[in-house]
Amino acid sequence: MARKNGLRAGEVRRSALFTLPMALLAVLLVALPLIYVLGTSLVESGQSFSFGAAFTLDNYRRLLRADYLMVFLGSLKLAFLTTLVSLLVGYPFAYCMARAGRKLKSLLMMLVIIPFWTSALVRIYGWKILLQANGPVNAVLRGLGLIEKNIKFLGSYGSVLLAMVYCMISFMILPCHSAVDKLDLTLVEAARDLGSKPWRAFLDVTLPLTMPGILAGCVLVFVPSVGMFYLSDIMGGGLVLVGNLIRDQLLKVRDWNTGSAMSMVLIVITAGIYLIYRRSGGDDLGVF
Amino acid sequence: MEEVLLSLRHISKNFGEGDVLSDVSIDVHKGEFVTLLGASGCGKTTTLRIVSGLETPDAGEVILNGQDMTGWPPERRPVNTVFQSYALFPHMNVEKNVAYGLKVRGVDKCAQAARVAEMLELVQMSEYAKRMPAQLSGGQRQRIAIARALAPQPQLLLLDEPLGALDLQLRRQMQIELKRLQKKLGITFIYITHDQEEAINMSDRIAVMRGGRFEQLGTPEEIYDHPATRYVAQFIGRSTLLEGTVRSVDDSLAVIGNENGRFTVDSAHANLRPGERCEICVRTERMRAGRAPVGGFDLPATVRETRYAGGSVLTYAVLADGTEVVAEGEERMSDAPQAGETVYMHWNPAQASVIGGASHGA
Repeated sequence: MARKNGLRAGEVRRSALFTLPMALLAVLLVALPLIYVLGTSLVESGQSFSFGAAFTLDNYRRLLRADYLMVFLGSLKLAFLTTLVSLLVGYPFAYCMARAGRKLKSLLMMLVIIPFWTSALVRIYGWKILLQANGPVNAVLRGLGLIEKNIKFLGSYGSVLLAMVYCMISFMILPCHSAVDKLDLTLVEAARDLGSKPWRAFLDVTLPLTMPGILAGCVLVFVPSVGMFYLSDIMGGGLVLVGNLIRDQLLKVRDWNTGSAMSMVLIVITAGIYLIYRRSGGDDLGVF
Repeated sequence: MEEVLLSLRHISKNFGEGDVLSDVSIDVHKGEFVTLLGASGCGKTTTLRIVSGLETPDAGEVILNGQDMTGWPPERRPVNTVFQSYALFPHMNVEKNVAYGLKVRGVDKCAQAARVAEMLELVQMSEYAKRMPAQLSGGQRQRIAIARALAPQPQLLLLDEPLGALDLQLRRQMQIELKRLQKKLGITFIYITHDQEEAINMSDRIAVMRGGRFEQLGTPEEIYDHPATRYVAQFIGRSTLLEGTVRSVDDSLAVIGNENGRFTVDSAHANLRPGERCEICVRTERMRAGRAPVGGFDLPATVRETRYAGGSVLTYAVLADGTEVVAEGEERMSDAPQAGETVYMHWNPAQASVIGGASHGA
């Protein structure tokens, strides 16, 4: 984006030249498909989008069904729980990582980054093997005498949540880590010096000053989580999420128009969350 | 003797790479302004952090009002710190920053507000109560940091190079204000600086630190007039150091001799015996370079260069054995000796001291 303030006309023109390919790419890969989805959602069922077509809101009206509403709420709930657990586990991890010595810090950072090297799908199948009825987790628990019969992990809501958190938590850890890392430790010392116990100093100083990182992490986890559905399918959760709904509309029912309307609702929800976040002073996360 | 507020006894601290502090002891009296003076890395900040509780000593005791508080966490100690970087909470306005120490100690709202108003008045920042720290200048932040540290009525205020980030003019003004504040409130200050002029201007006593030890502890006058070590003589003020052998001593004066001749120094503070080797220190502004001998003693020297120092002229010269000496004279540049000229170095014997001659009084 060209920052016009303080730039001379020549510089503006030159920076426009450099951003042009980016803009073209964005139009081609983001704006055009979006416009096509929007258009498809606005034409009558069975028709494809063209500029002469008659527009209708029927596809959206069709979404006003109690069971669809429950699916949306269910997806939001799963995304919310994923975000909450990621925060509760990720923040302390990020905090320790930022406060650790140099060697331990780079080790922990590796642990966060290595999973990015392979496909999430493959890693989730790994979890599936670990958690299956006669899998290693059950074997260990049996070996320790903690359980007598194998626990059926797979298919439970917890296993879906676990997979979601596992896939998303890095996006919580990284912004939280950078926020804690940037925090001037002297401020915490000042709070202690003025009479705060460690926990109080954390609540009064560390937490508010790392809040931008926490909010960024929450948005980065929540937004993709709302539309995520394949993890639930793999873990056998049997949940019907927005993603399942859209996929079924597009691939099974082959009603592209209703599917597009559903997609638009999902996009509006997530964009809304992002806008609220930005309005409350959040960082731009490199989006806009 | 005045009442002792704080005692550090045989404090040592090691961060794994050699001793940062080794066997540091000091008694600080109630209402006293004590300065820890030294170059960076000498252990002065560590000493301060051990007093505030932000650091724990490996050995030794920290005693306040007769109570051993060595293992206490910082929040239990009636001691507050003005940090070098001010460390104002960036998400709280001035008022909330100053109130913080009162709030966490559970002072009620009314008393908090009254105390905050009083503190802001004290540092002349009343009209800035609602500003955020980012909207203040360096000098203003400094004042708020002081107000915040004073608000909980600490028995001891620790100041870690509080004026280090300010420009010279503001620093001089703040020196005067801080000293005035300290006298008015009667609070004990432990002050850190690496600026010897600041230390001399403000302190009741100065501890000159080097390599984790106290080189000398004394009043500014003692330290200036009777440096205990070569390091102190060189670190504080400008001076010429001369080595020699004691020829004769009486109650007040000693005659010292070396290759350049004989000269006389104050011996009242030193325990000298004839035949002993010693080193003496003559402050630059007390050294005179005359064109003619004035009698008593005169050390001939050859002028290297002269430099105008604003109100005085510095004469750099070398003695017969090659020792460099500096003298400060009040003549004008046009009257000053020329390079190559021979001058006679002289000083008032009462104003020259033997290094290590002062009592190492703690």
